[in-house]
Amino acid sequence: MSATAENHASHGHDHDHHDDGGHDHGSFKSYLTGFILSVILTAIPFWLVMGDVIADKTVLVLAIMGLGVVQIFVHMIYFLHMNGKSEGGWTLMAMLFTVVLVMITLIGSLWVLFHLNTNLMPMTVDQIKNLP
Amino acid sequence: MANHAPSFTTPGGEPVFMMTDKDHHPENGTSLGFWIYLMSDCLIFASLFATYAVLGKSYAAGPAPKDLFDLELVAVNTAMLLFSSITYGFAMLEAYKKNVGRTIIWLGITGLFGASFIGIELYEFHHLIAEGAGPQRSAFLSAFFALVGTHGLHVTVGLIWLVTLMVQVGKNGVGPANMRRLSCLSMFWHFLDVIWIGVFSFVYLMGVIG
Repeated sequence: MSATAENHASHGHDHDHHDDGGHDHGSFKSYLTGFILSVILTAIPFWLVMGDVIADKTVLVLAIMGLGVVQIFVHMIYFLHMNGKSEGGWTLMAMLFTVVLVMITLIGSLWVLFHLNTNLMPMTVDQIKNLP
Repeated sequence: MANHAPSFTTPGGEPVFMMTDKDHHPENGTSLGFWIYLMSDCLIFASLFATYAVLGKSYAAGPAPKDLFDLELVAVNTAMLLFSSITYGFAMLEAYKKNVGRTIIWLGITGLFGASFIGIELYEFHHLIAEGAGPQRSAFLSAFFALVGTHGLHVTVGLIWLVTLMVQVGKNGVGPANMRRLSCLSMFWHFLDVIWIGVFSFVYLMGVIG
């Protein structure tokens, strides 16, 4: 209840556009911050790959994935204005639920299908001869 | 008993609502509903990413990402989408200030960046298909075209929506209804940029390093 009251109070004085919901809409500064961070977080992985900076492939892949995840967070916060308060926390809830489903889809597919792939590898002539 | 019950009418006979709709749902449902749509869209992309992850190495003796992808072109493309994200942000800020002219100008700039993104992507697709690396060449290329093509299709729909909104804002200004539409497209547009982060990291960059 008090959160609702606060929401109304803070909305009341600085703008009069209640109809778009409890969405925080950011400012010039927050958009610019998000943009600069995104440019940096995009430039680094492209530079790493195009400039052949890291020789170790595993490190390179982890770096690209890590920077990608950080950039997704930057976009979520600065461009999509995600926070625990918008729509009374329901957007965050919906997103967390989706993240769980996405993880299950991705990790599950990779886990199951890579095993399948291994089992379906073409056999050598030798293996075919010695089939049980 | 009746004496202790709270009164539900004013002395004048007007009903008093203990819980108004505003108290119960301080926010409009549209944003949340649209957000949930986006989350379901996210699941479509998740399954396409999973498909690409599984099939991405099945070249069928055809070309591999290393032979096909032009990272400089992808970098330019990524820049286009990133620029369009911030210009859409500026359009939203102008819309909150009720500045119709500038809102339309920023929307137009966003549309130009989006159109260049689509243009570059179509050029890339055309180039690949002309090289004989079309979607029917290998499982890797099928998965690639499905994933990147679905994203491109979303951006195209976003562009149509954007032009529609430019006309609507021009006609009716930035009233509550148009603000609602603008913020839905805002979510859609920024969401597509988030998906693109996954595409350029996972498909292009990680594809080229093999």
